[in-house]
Amino acid sequence: MLLALAATALVAIALLSDVILPRLEEAWERRRARRQRVPAMNYDPGRERRAEQRARTLLRSCVNEEEWAMYRDLGFIRVWGSQAGNPDERSSRSGAPYAYLIYPHRPVVAYIPQTHRLLSEYCVAFPDDSRPYGSARLPDSDDVLAKWMALTGDEQRLIKTANMHLPGRQIDPLQVKRDLWRLGQWEQARLRQSAGAPAPHAADSAS
Amino acid sequence: MKPGHGEVLIAEGDVELAEDEERLIEEFRRQLDEGLWAAVPFTGEAGQRDARMVRSFDEIPRDAERVIFFPRAAGGR
Repeated sequence: MLLALAATALVAIALLSDVILPRLEEAWERRRARRQRVPAMNYDPGRERRAEQRARTLLRSCVNEEEWAMYRDLGFIRVWGSQAGNPDERSSRSGAPYAYLIYPHRPVVAYIPQTHRLLSEYCVAFPDDSRPYGSARLPDSDDVLAKWMALTGDEQRLIKTANMHLPGRQIDPLQVKRDLWRLGQWEQARLRQSAGAPAPHAADSAS
Repeated sequence: MKPGHGEVLIAEGDVELAEDEERLIEEFRRQLDEGLWAAVPFTGEAGQRDARMVRSFDEIPRDAERVIFFPRAAGGR
C-alpha cells in the first residue's frame, strides 16, 4: 500500500515538474533579487541647493543693487537695450528704446518699456559641451547671470546666437504683461521708499 | 560657472607676479579652448554695474578682480 502511494506521488511529481520547476526558479530569483544589496548612489540631495546658493551670491556680487533686488523680489531682471533701434534689425524702429526681461532658464523677452509692447523672445541656452548627452543645467541664478553678462557685455553676439521667436512661443504674453505691471508697482514702491513716504498696503496697490 | 555645480574657483593669482600671470594666462586659454565664454564684471564710471566679454588675456583690465567663465551660449528651443 505504502509502496503504491509512494509510486503514485513520484509519478505525480514527475508529471507536475514541468509546471512547478519554473515557478520555483522564479521564486528563487525573486528572493535573490530582494536580498541583493542596492549599489550605493553618489547622489547628494543638497548639491543643487548649495549650487543655487553660490550662484545667488555670485549674481549679487555682479549686478547692481536694484537689479539684485528685482531678481530677489520679482524673479527676473530687466536689462536696457544698448542698440539704437530694436534688437531685431529687420523690424528696426529707429530711436525706440527697448529692454529685456531675463528669466532663469526661459527665453529673454524684448519689449518696449513705454508701451509694454512685446517685441520678441530670444531662446538661448548655456549647454555643457563637455557632456553633450544629458548634461546638467546651470543653477537658476547662474543662468540669469550668464544672460546678464552676455547682454551687457556683447548684446549683438548673444542676440545673433539666440533663436528669435515671436512673443508668446514659450512665455505667455499675459504673464509678461503681468510681470511688467508688477515691475512698475515695485519701482514705484522703491521710489516712495527712497523718498521716505510710507509704502501703501499691498491690497491698495493691487486695486 | 559649472552646470550642476555653480561657481567653481579655477585659478587665482597676482598678475603683477610673472609666475602667477603665466599660470593665469595658461588657465584662461584652456578655458576658452574648452569653448567657454569669459566675462569681466566691473563698475562703470557712473557707478553702474556692467560686464565686458573678453576673448584674449590682453583684454582683461589689469585691475580686474575676477574673470567669470561660463558655457558658450547656443540657440535654445
